Amino acid sequence: MINATDRKIIQALQGGLPLVPAPYAAVASELGMDEDLLMYHLAEMKARGVIRRIAAAPNHYKLGMTSNGMTVWDVADNRVAELGALVGALPFVTHCYERPRALPDWRYNLFAMVHGADRDEVEDKRAEITAILGDACRAKDILYSTRILKKTGLRLKAKG
Amino acid sequence: MTPMDSTDRAILNRMQEDLPLTAHPFAVVADELGISESDLLARLERMKTDRVVTRFGPFFDAAAMGGAFCLCAMAVPEGDFETVLTKVNAHPEVAHNYERTHRLNMWFVLATETPDGIAAAAEAIEGETGFKVWQFPKLQEFFIGFRVAA
Repeated sequence: MINATDRKIIQALQGGLPLVPAPYAAVASELGMDEDLLMYHLAEMKARGVIRRIAAAPNHYKLGMTSNGMTVWDVADNRVAELGALVGALPFVTHCYERPRALPDWRYNLFAMVHGADRDEVEDKRAEITAILGDACRAKDILYSTRILKKTGLRLKAKG
Repeated sequence: MTPMDSTDRAILNRMQEDLPLTAHPFAVVADELGISESDLLARLERMKTDRVVTRFGPFFDAAAMGGAFCLCAMAVPEGDFETVLTKVNAHPEVAHNYERTHRLNMWFVLATETPDGIAAAAEAIEGETGFKVWQFPKLQEFFIGFRVAA
């Protein structure tokens, strides 16, 4: 959970951290807060996992990774934990989750995001996943992204 | 866009990792990379302007704040797509949205401050658009490999 101070800090930072030599001091002064106190709250939110990391979000497209495929797999329930861990550890998989099926329309329970310079590269990587899953995989599909429709990240409402 | 040189790539790889929580964090990273703080900041600023970096700052976990994230999908007929898109994107809870090659052709992430917020936002979208919102919450996360080798 977050308190009122955390919320103020999150709101000040959701647009990003200023690219200046002393960024925390800059944000602290904007909030009318001590730099040390701000850093204490940030450390505390990191310890609790509210902040995962303070880092850059790269744009895959601008880096030439123009092909993005959400690979989806129907994996036997009793093997999904073990196999999901293997798939998630692949260097080219950026996100990997077990999610619920929505039968009968959607039978896939393992999702792994794969990026590549083109669809051929994504297919090569997908073949590696196919090999790892072996017989435990009963069906598979891939959903390529054709357009980014929105990308803003979390936005807290102004009021707490 | 300015072409990326090897220093830019080293910066982008390093900056996908955590920034230290000290008074002059960019000086620390610049030291690691063997460049000056001002060079690092100028290059980061340029990468933001060029949209190579879409954002620099904290990554928040809505679940750890007591809220929730949920991947959702909709099957939207082509002729309705833009109208539905406008309605879906108007919700501040929609954090990311991608068009994908499948009958379920619109995939978005709902991020809400309370677990109940997911169902409420999904219902609101269904009501406004007349199309079902499929919910695929994560049951298990295997790895967040977020880093892209630049």
